Amino acid sequence: MIEVRKLVKRFGLKTVLRGMDFQVQEGEFVALLGPNGAGKTTFLRILASLSRPTLGEIRIAGCALPHQAAAVRRRLGVVSHLPLLYGDLTAEENLRFFGRMYDVPRLDGRISEVLELVGLSPRRRDLVRTFSRGMQQRLAIGRAVLHDPDVMLFDEPHTGLDQDACDMLDKVLRDVAARGRTVVMTSHDLARIEDLASRFDVLSRGVISSSANRTELGQKNLLDFYRQSLQEK
Amino acid sequence: MKSEKSLVTRHSSPGSFLRAVGAIAWKDLASELRSRELLSSMLVFALLVILIFNFALELDVKTRATVTAGVLWVTFAFAGTLGLNRSMAVEKDRGCLDGLLLAPVDRSAIYFGKAISNLAFMFIVEAIVLPVYSVLYNTNLFNPGLVGVILLGSVGYVAVGTLLASMAVQTRTRDVLLPILLFPVVIPIMIAAVKASSGFLQGVPASELTNWINLLVVYDVVFVAVAFMVFDYVVEE
Repeated sequence: MIEVRKLVKRFGLKTVLRGMDFQVQEGEFVALLGPNGAGKTTFLRILASLSRPTLGEIRIAGCALPHQAAAVRRRLGVVSHLPLLYGDLTAEENLRFFGRMYDVPRLDGRISEVLELVGLSPRRRDLVRTFSRGMQQRLAIGRAVLHDPDVMLFDEPHTGLDQDACDMLDKVLRDVAARGRTVVMTSHDLARIEDLASRFDVLSRGVISSSANRTELGQKNLLDFYRQSLQEK
Repeated sequence: MKSEKSLVTRHSSPGSFLRAVGAIAWKDLASELRSRELLSSMLVFALLVILIFNFALELDVKTRATVTAGVLWVTFAFAGTLGLNRSMAVEKDRGCLDGLLLAPVDRSAIYFGKAISNLAFMFIVEAIVLPVYSVLYNTNLFNPGLVGVILLGSVGYVAVGTLLASMAVQTRTRDVLLPILLFPVVIPIMIAAVKASSGFLQGVPASELTNWINLLVVYDVVFVAVAFMVFDYVVEE
């Protein structure tokens, strides 16, 4: 579903990604781990066609980036630590706006379904600026799944959420993944992501330094695997 | 595996492009209707500018008639800059610009949607400022020719302004950068608009002002076309 070869990204003289290779099969839930500044957000922004790669090949669902960016965006849902929502619109108006941007058919019914999925039906007519951070993040997930994408990219979605909000978000994430979507998620919260993901990749110094699925990880603790991956490099 | 077909089925058609343009313009107008942040700041600023000029230029009636058009366009340009800056800052501050860029539409739809809402805000401010101006400067500003020039001048100003605001908003010094980038580029449109407006206010026949009006039309067409072609590169990292 996602295939990345020899990806390089430079910002001026600084090289963030140094010939990175990365593959994800359809339906996989991949956790992308790494220290601050490793290039996780840059990588997700490139996958989301928000940033152009300096070098390398990227294919998502058979479409090449950056040349077929619109076709890729059609199949992507993106959630970052910012909600990407308009505070002066209601939850329903936000979804209606993004639904029109994605040309979602039968929009009224789809909005109701999505609000139900993220548990915000009772607040559908409230302004988003009156929502707590956790509610905004749940609505952000609703925005991202509104057009029923095949691939979901999550960039540290738990940032700034309290424990209850994180638990509720995890429930929504599980539901999103259970529908067969391919998911790539970055996070620093190893305990939380250990329960969610089916594969764990560590991004360090611009390349994937280690990768392990649940079976390969076995009885090993994810934190130990992560620390070992950073030391090996 | 996901069984249901993707919900996004109708794309890359002129219809979806226009729907996206309409959605962005609707979103901006609906947000502004609730917050009134942008319009109120533009209006207060515009009214203060014309009031200050009114006291600063204590001229006789004849001299006033010759400077009115200039003062009018300076007011529109300064107030417009405030609106353009705010309109793009709202998108950037909450990461909403990324939300727009993620949509599977030609990115020029984002430009046209933002330009339409910016133009609507500009027209609202102009519709309120003109009567006040007319009273303060004792000048009849309700002239069809003048209204036409204001429409053409505003379209050109917003066409360039929306593009440059999208560029400036990516920087830390966006508030300062936009006027520095914008004013040199809009000098031709300001000169043409002031000359044509001044001519209409002084009762010069329209046939003698065609050069200025043509310049306004050409500027509008050129900059809308340029923005259509380069907007994708301006907003992408």
